[in-house]
Amino acid sequence: MIRAKKVLTAVALTTALGLAAACAGPSPEAPGTAAELRMTVWTSNEAQLKLLTSIGDAYRADHPEVSKITFESLPFADYNTTLTTQIAGGNAPDLAWMGDLSKDLIASDALVGLTDKLKATDGWQYDDLLGSVTAEFSRDGTLYAYPFSNSPFALYVNTDLLAKAGQKVNPATLTWDQVAAAGAAVHAKTGKAGFVIRDFDYKSWNTLATVWTGWGAAAWSADGKTCTFASPEMEQAFTFLHDAAFKTKAMPGPGTTADFFAGDAAFTIAQVSRASLLTGSFKFGLYALPTGPAGKYAVLGQAGVGVLASSKHQDQAKDFLVYLTNPVNAEKLAQFFPPPRKSLLTGAKLAANNKVLNATQLQTAVVDQLPNAVTLPNHTSPAEIAQKGKTALDAMWRADADIPAVLRSVCTAIEPILAK
Amino acid sequence: MTTTTQPPEQVVVPAAAKARRASGPSFWTTRRRDVLTGYLFILPQLAGVAVFVLLPVGMAIWYSLNDWNVFTGKQTFVGGENYAALADDPQLPKVLLATVIFSGGVVVVNITLGLLIAVLLNRRFRGVTLFRTLFFSPVVVSVVAWTLVWGFLLQDNGGINGLLGAVGIDGPNWLQHGDTAMVSVVITQVIRSVGVNMVLFLAALQGVPEELYEAARIDGASSRSVFARITLPLISPTLLLTVIVTVVGALQSFAQIAVLTGGGPELSTTVLVYYVFQQAFEFNDIGYGSTLALMLLSFVMLLTLLQWQLRRKWVFYED
Repeated sequence: MIRAKKVLTAVALTTALGLAAACAGPSPEAPGTAAELRMTVWTSNEAQLKLLTSIGDAYRADHPEVSKITFESLPFADYNTTLTTQIAGGNAPDLAWMGDLSKDLIASDALVGLTDKLKATDGWQYDDLLGSVTAEFSRDGTLYAYPFSNSPFALYVNTDLLAKAGQKVNPATLTWDQVAAAGAAVHAKTGKAGFVIRDFDYKSWNTLATVWTGWGAAAWSADGKTCTFASPEMEQAFTFLHDAAFKTKAMPGPGTTADFFAGDAAFTIAQVSRASLLTGSFKFGLYALPTGPAGKYAVLGQAGVGVLASSKHQDQAKDFLVYLTNPVNAEKLAQFFPPPRKSLLTGAKLAANNKVLNATQLQTAVVDQLPNAVTLPNHTSPAEIAQKGKTALDAMWRADADIPAVLRSVCTAIEPILAK
Repeated sequence: MTTTTQPPEQVVVPAAAKARRASGPSFWTTRRRDVLTGYLFILPQLAGVAVFVLLPVGMAIWYSLNDWNVFTGKQTFVGGENYAALADDPQLPKVLLATVIFSGGVVVVNITLGLLIAVLLNRRFRGVTLFRTLFFSPVVVSVVAWTLVWGFLLQDNGGINGLLGAVGIDGPNWLQHGDTAMVSVVITQVIRSVGVNMVLFLAALQGVPEELYEAARIDGASSRSVFARITLPLISPTLLLTVIVTVVGALQSFAQIAVLTGGGPELSTTVLVYYVFQQAFEFNDIGYGSTLALMLLSFVMLLTLLQWQLRRKWVFYED
């Protein structure tokens, strides 16, 4: 009994010490001290970080109230988890890049509204922003993140591989059926893959929106409340994909890797920004997405940058964001990220900073697509929807899959989350 | 011989000591000093346990009673709601089943294989050191690097199926079907960690007195009964240790699952610790994630306690 008491005393003492140590937060900032801003990004590209740093340095030169601007590069794969953990741990950055986490951040009032400040800033030209690219980052008419990157998905074609298999495609009239037929022929004749939906890998099913949109299908209703996975259009789109994976072999099956940019596939659907992966080892073509049964369509992947409401330097962070995204800096950023500004969206302007793609390609695959493009499926609780959807869709990737039943099971899995 | 008797020496007591005696015994007795010294010695360890174990467990208990919006930092006390949610979670039974299969598989295969290799390598033959090194070497490889390489090997068009194809066998798509995916993660985990158990068993085997084997041989005992009646009982303390360590290790396996299968296909490899990570850090449901983590902690404690209690029945202690 006495021993137990002693042990308890020791544990209580050390727990108290531990708690005291844990609760002793950082010392409060002295009043009047210049602010240090931190912005999380997922790029580790040296040229991109150099550009961001140079813009930050130029801003600081005119703004002594900001003593330091750090661009914290987080790994892309864990970006959302790391950012969320930082926010939850009271160590949120002042500004952050965001992708599919934007809906959660906006819905939780974790971001600061930007519209008033941007409109009130002389020369910022708010009306220059393309309406179709701001919708994803807006709520009730207020923009919460500047969509700095708007990269449409396009069809990359390895023309060398097609020629080897005796195939030819006409980009002006190209349909998904033709892509599948040519892909199957390439696979049969060369052993290489036909078409690859980049980053899908039988896991990231939201990238399949680059296909099913061509059938007029969508993951959920426009208000995000109702699952539409079990629609006839979706069933047709998945039948097409299933046939390509298991019957015609136009698409590599589950567990098989094929990298278009290494010359392993005839076609890939990827964002235009992925053109930097082209090494020149084969001749390629870059076209708009193939036409589906529902006609022509475009899909884009977006990234935004916003100011966190928990930032201790909200005003300075907002002010820096305005500077970072003004017309002059937007033009600089456009060399890496397709911009949201109409004035910068011409094939010729984009090509001026692009070493891989020419003006015609950029006009066709980017500029012409953006006004009517739909974004990849995005909703609050994106990770939970992605995981539950993937678990249900796993049953799809078997040769004997019951496609309608699997699609219904996807709705059963994600509807409770959509309804939240 | 003369003896001189001297008067007893007078003891001079200092005034301060007199005052202390007058006010009662000193607080700092030798015993108390010893106790304090003892506590000071264990303080660093206890502080570590307090900060990195007790405090997180306490916080996990608190989080499990709250709903925490991680984006705003707002916590709402919900009492036992997260515990009630355990019963309503349709995925949890599948997760628990996967945890039992994975942990059971790892423990059985790891202990059996570890013991078998140790017995085989507990002999003197040319190159025995090389074999011991080979079996132990995966232990020092980073888990993520090891799993990534196995991920490539286990692809449909990967190295394993390439080898099988060379001998005319059409290998399965290992990571795409529930059964083969589970087999893959178990085997991958065992190959990486079996070296530790092998070394422990080897040390235990070398501690078994040679004269016992000699006596058994003289008595005409078969190899099987020598192993069952001499070797196993004498290495049973090590067996207990390895079982406990392997069970706890299997229940903590995370990186292998995260890298190799991501818990799929269809939750078939989603073990509890991975599910905790998903709920807490991917779905941002810290409350429910903490509840699951406490459930996992209870399982580990119960299993360890059970094995510890059962040791009297099957562990042989010389003393």
